[in-house]
Amino acid sequence: MSDFLLEIGLEEVPARMIAGAEAELGRRVNDLLTRERLLGPAAKLTTYSTPRRLAVLVEDVLTNQSDTEERLTGPSWKVAFKDGLQTAAAEAFAKKAGVAVEALEKVTNAKGEYVGATVKRQGRAAAELLAAELPKEVAGIYWAKNMYWRAGKPERFVRPVRWLVALMDSTIVPLEIAGIAAGNASRGHRVLHGEASVVIDHATHYAEALRKAFVVADVAERRHSIRKALDAETRTVAGARWRQDAALIETVVHLTEWPTVVLGDFEPEYLALPEEVLVTVMRDHQKYFAVEGADGKLAPHFLAVLNTQVDDEGREIIRHGNARVLRARFKDARFFWDFDQKTPLAQRVESLKKVTFQKELGSYFWKMEESLKVSRELAILAEDAGVAFDVTALVQAVKLAKTDLTTELVKEFTELQGVIGGLYARAQDLGERVALAIYEQYTPTSTEDGIPLSIEGQLLGLADRIQTITAMFGIGKAPTGSKDPFALRRAANAIVKILAESGLPLTLNEVVQASGAKGGNREEVAAFLRERLHFYLKDVRGFAYDVVNAVLAADASFVRDAIARAEALTVARESADFAAISAAFKRIKNILRQAEEKGFTAAPAERDRLSTEAKQLADEAHTLAPRVAKLRAARAYAEALALIATLRPAVDAFFDKVMVLDPDPDIRGGHLYLIQSVLGGFSGIADFSEIVTS
Amino acid sequence: MPSASVLPSAVVSPSKPAALTFQELLFRLQGFWAARGCVLQQPYDVEVGAGTMAPETFLRVQGPKPYRVGYAQPSRRPADGRYGENPNRLFKHTQFQLILKPPPVNVQELYLESLAAIGIDLAQHDLKFEEDNWEGPTVGAWGVGWQVMMDGMEITQFTYFQQCGGLDLDPICAELTYGLERLCAFIQDVDSVYDVVWARDPDTGAVVTYGDVRLTEELQYSVYNFEEADVDRLWAHFNSYEAEAQALLAKGNAVLADEKASATEKRRFPLISTYELALKCSNLFNLLDARGAISVTERVGMIARIRNLAVGVAKVYVGQQTVELQTG
Repeated sequence: MSDFLLEIGLEEVPARMIAGAEAELGRRVNDLLTRERLLGPAAKLTTYSTPRRLAVLVEDVLTNQSDTEERLTGPSWKVAFKDGLQTAAAEAFAKKAGVAVEALEKVTNAKGEYVGATVKRQGRAAAELLAAELPKEVAGIYWAKNMYWRAGKPERFVRPVRWLVALMDSTIVPLEIAGIAAGNASRGHRVLHGEASVVIDHATHYAEALRKAFVVADVAERRHSIRKALDAETRTVAGARWRQDAALIETVVHLTEWPTVVLGDFEPEYLALPEEVLVTVMRDHQKYFAVEGADGKLAPHFLAVLNTQVDDEGREIIRHGNARVLRARFKDARFFWDFDQKTPLAQRVESLKKVTFQKELGSYFWKMEESLKVSRELAILAEDAGVAFDVTALVQAVKLAKTDLTTELVKEFTELQGVIGGLYARAQDLGERVALAIYEQYTPTSTEDGIPLSIEGQLLGLADRIQTITAMFGIGKAPTGSKDPFALRRAANAIVKILAESGLPLTLNEVVQASGAKGGNREEVAAFLRERLHFYLKDVRGFAYDVVNAVLAADASFVRDAIARAEALTVARESADFAAISAAFKRIKNILRQAEEKGFTAAPAERDRLSTEAKQLADEAHTLAPRVAKLRAARAYAEALALIATLRPAVDAFFDKVMVLDPDPDIRGGHLYLIQSVLGGFSGIADFSEIVTS
Repeated sequence: MPSASVLPSAVVSPSKPAALTFQELLFRLQGFWAARGCVLQQPYDVEVGAGTMAPETFLRVQGPKPYRVGYAQPSRRPADGRYGENPNRLFKHTQFQLILKPPPVNVQELYLESLAAIGIDLAQHDLKFEEDNWEGPTVGAWGVGWQVMMDGMEITQFTYFQQCGGLDLDPICAELTYGLERLCAFIQDVDSVYDVVWARDPDTGAVVTYGDVRLTEELQYSVYNFEEADVDRLWAHFNSYEAEAQALLAKGNAVLADEKASATEKRRFPLISTYELALKCSNLFNLLDARGAISVTERVGMIARIRNLAVGVAKVYVGQQTVELQTG
């Protein structure tokens, strides 16, 4: 048994790509060792990464593959040996199998007698095999962006490979990647350790050897130590807390080999800038964590994660340097803020004509006018349904929604689109409803995100997005496969989410209608939204796929109603009676399909000619249908489904005793008529035949 | 020249060791890289938006010939002008541009040594190489690399050029771009670039600041770029330069394709002048952009027009280089 280590030394790999590559390297090495039968019984694989290295340690690797024996079958015995003498066929087979002709054996199987050979293969040494195979695995690692660096362009990789360590215990595995021969010399932290090499004397000593060279190779350990250090630094300010930010933590984890943290300050006067701007500058531009006071409000401090460890003087220098950069950025932001105020949003509407929304469609001014039409339609529907909101504020918000695209602050912080507009509207006293609607127009940005709080914001969000979708579909820019360059799926997901989680009484069909979509365009957009509703129910809400199919087969337009029906159906399907009903409905559908194929028609039959079971089912269905319809209208779906389940005895009896496709056309027609009416009368909540029963 | 430059704006405090002046910073960088085999070039005398566009980069990176060059390039970004009112944004800033073709294996270590050479003690600072891939659509160029961050500030753009003038590079090169104003503000620890000490009289200690030297021109350029530049004339200039460049390119392509043309005839084609016409177009485009005269839709087309010139120039250049190689 041995332990194997591979380290690929690189120039700084982009932080966003490291975690994926580390996992892939581990997977590839594991697969290779499994494929080559080299994993020992207690094999353990550990991966490491820093900006400058990817590594994998496999403990308990077999030093050699075990030998194998394989039995080959060749030509028939008669062909190989004629009159007891070997023929050319025997010689050719022996040669192919790598054995002497004398070693050939007679194999008897069901088809007759054949020539056989037992081939012994000696296992290869792990080191030899890894040297041959690993370079291909490493070369196969996926990177979002690759580069060439050597003349003649022999290979592409994320960044130049600068060193390699490959060890089987303490012995170098002689592999070569990108012209670099593996050795046992790694490298430490650029500054804290310097350029001297770090010799790894045994595969399992990897992490410890690097630690002495100021490199924490284990990602989880760095994450933990960064969190601890953030806590510790924050404690120096009474009552303060650092703002949790999982994505930022991951970024700094992959930007450091030896992380430490400093807390710095900025002038409290900058707190007059909106928190959104301050946090964006700190997080997105500087990769700093924001700090809040005991009151939950932003405090004039920041936390920078360093990739070094310095003395107190150094900390002061670094703190000072970072604060200086942050101050300059805040100063810029304030300059932009003040500059932007000189031209109020209302005066910017005209300049939207110069901002292209989409080449084939028009400017953002055009888009604003279109969205205005859509929002007016939606407003009428909402008002008719008794929703209370401020229609003037809505119209105003739609008019101004995109004007922040012309501001310097949004040009600087594009991620704050909408938010900036909302803040400016507030600063310019355009009314809280207008400001909030503009502010929230891009929420939800993801399936986890909340929806706009204000009704004006919800309506603006719907109008803006459906206008975009309908217009884009209209010029043939619908998403295809994995390609969705205009993020139309995200827009449609947001529409579904707003309808699902707001109190708006609008249906998907009404929203599509309001967008002015017509003909084929309208069908396409409606189908697209239905597909997103399916996604929402199944992947966001977690309903079973058959429940979703069943519910949407009945109606796929009223989002909240679909959710309520899916919830009721999820509960109801658990009962045995209901499962039987589902099975029966499936059967009904099959029979009706057969009948249609054979050209049988359904027509009411004389009651006297029907069997007792058929009459019973007809009576039950007749009594239940109006009661179910009433419950459905009241959206009492659980009760309605429970009621439908009581049909079971009658349904079971009918299918047990009655031959539905009776030879007598009148009776057959009566049966078909009966089951058709059962299907029609009870499928308004869901198409039960879609439910998968065991 | 601003009259203030003859008067000392401030006198350095004798207690604190003086940090490098702006010009000393340049001397040190030049000295460091000259000692590592670089040709030191003078700033290119046609308006460019970045050191990358000077022929010492744009043309020299093409073809197989190794080359190492460094130069300080004043770079014009009309839209970035702020009338001298913003402490960090300039219409014209100075890039110390370095091309290492092919890049040595220890290029990052050399770079770190250059920081030590300008007085930065790495043991007292936080250094990170953060992903930043560069793309220059008007010159058909892109590369991958980093922004080098020191204590949270970008001090250098480090790029491995992959393509230039629409052509794949082989060998590739490393391009290091030090933003001198920013870097110097960092070294001198001043909040405004205009407070950077440009020069210090060794006898009197009297200093001339960046503001003394450049503030007036930042103001005047901003006025021109944002207010005075005549949009119709800019368009006319653009079209005129473009037409001349296209006509020359047609000639260049013809002579290179002409089997009867001698090597001398091919070598005589004024490629460099053609390229300068393309650079004129690029600068005019930037001016038009600063004037807000280019709509988003037009923008794409304009970039394509400049790119066509740049790509055309690169192709002819490579053709001429091939002639050079063949004829020795």
